[in-house]
Amino acid sequence: MTSTTSLATRFESGLDAPICLTWELTYACNLSCRHCLSSSGRRDPRELSTTQAEAVIDELQRMQVFYVNIGGGEPTIRPDFWHLVDYAVDHQVGVKFSTNGSRITPERAKVLAASDYVDVQVSIDGATAEVNDAVRGPGTFDTALRALENLSDAGFRDAKLSVVVTRHNVPQLDEFKRIADRYGATLRLTRLRPSGRGADVWDELHPTAEQQRTLYDWLKGAGENVLTGDSFFHLSGLGGPLPGLNLCGAGRVVCLVDPVGDVYACPFAIHDQFLAGNVLDEGGFAGVWRGSPLFHELRGTQSAGACSRCAHYDACRGGCMAAKFFTGLPLDGPDPECVEGHAVDLLAASRTIPAASQDHSRPSARRAGPVLVPLGLEPPRRTSPPVHACAESPLAGFEPVVS
Amino acid sequence: MSSVVKLDDAWALSPQVALRPESFGALAYHFGTRRLTFLKQPALLRVVRSLDTCACVEEAMEEAEVPAMQRAAFLSALQNLADGDMIRPRELA
Repeated sequence: MTSTTSLATRFESGLDAPICLTWELTYACNLSCRHCLSSSGRRDPRELSTTQAEAVIDELQRMQVFYVNIGGGEPTIRPDFWHLVDYAVDHQVGVKFSTNGSRITPERAKVLAASDYVDVQVSIDGATAEVNDAVRGPGTFDTALRALENLSDAGFRDAKLSVVVTRHNVPQLDEFKRIADRYGATLRLTRLRPSGRGADVWDELHPTAEQQRTLYDWLKGAGENVLTGDSFFHLSGLGGPLPGLNLCGAGRVVCLVDPVGDVYACPFAIHDQFLAGNVLDEGGFAGVWRGSPLFHELRGTQSAGACSRCAHYDACRGGCMAAKFFTGLPLDGPDPECVEGHAVDLLAASRTIPAASQDHSRPSARRAGPVLVPLGLEPPRRTSPPVHACAESPLAGFEPVVS
Repeated sequence: MSSVVKLDDAWALSPQVALRPESFGALAYHFGTRRLTFLKQPALLRVVRSLDTCACVEEAMEEAEVPAMQRAAFLSALQNLADGDMIRPRELA
């Protein structure tokens, strides 16, 4: 039989259809997680309609994309969310959806438990409310655990507990596993990417070099019992490869469809530079997947650049394209978290972090910048005493004499 | 635990499994276990597709033109698929 190495090489040149497609159904979200990859918050008014979303599912069925990872935003906010899940399942497209758990009620959990084709992934980013809520917002830890409990009580087997690994939760890896076990769920760890609002907090939250070693050893010990979505192949240089394909799948085996139908090379690369087309274009999603010049470029031979002299290049393949791009590093150089430390000087030197090409954050969660003070445009309410020190209107308290 | 795949027995694709041909072979996806498996040779895809209609595993290998010296390797690949419930003894499929 052919070895897995040559299989990875075959994948580098791309497949007829993605293996794994992420579909962010909406940018609307009830939370404002500090590291949100898609800078979610407010709904994009151009969001695909139900009919357009169904047409995408029809196409995925024709292409035999066996399952989609649905995310957002919080996808369950879409009024047609449960309809679209049913529609996908009825068309042989399995669904795994990511949720913060706020809408996984006991009743909904029972419905989910009745379907083989739907998988649920609940996100937490700390194994304690303290660590989690600092990133995801007050009360979110309890909400997520309640969702897991509802699923478990309803008999839903093998839900996923999804965790973005940060500087603050590396010491909690064992505790995450215990939480997952408690609810009969599988733990899934993924990498903190400097994408979306993640760009604002990456310096502060990404694991230290020492923690990367801890994480790698922990993952080695966990083996196939912990999922990673192939997230940590940039750590392969620390020893043998971790379970998974160990290659950048962008445009080769994975891609992302965003709420307005734009197709990006990977879920961590929502930026104009990685935009391949739109599902509403002539030719649809298949046309973009098979014909996009960007995707053809990504499937071609990639230059190892500055990494070509490194003994570990075959193991890590230069790491994650999105992580390099959003930290302002050259794409043909080391990953910002290169285990050999080859990115340390580059990160310390002057570099330009690319401006975000979109931001759906609600005003409270928006990136650091000038604070816009709204000017009072309402007519002064002349009959509303007392006039306080912060009254916006220059005419506050002024009672014109009407003759 | 799954059954042992033997050349003389009748096997079939599991009911919840779909195959997608690719240049290297195929992807096999099990909708029940949500597991994805790679068939790393086109010939293995041919064997798996022939299982349903052939009297036994050996006949499926013949139909897929698997050279005699590779049959042991194919048998072990089929065993892996059986362990993941991708294929089943025909009476259970």
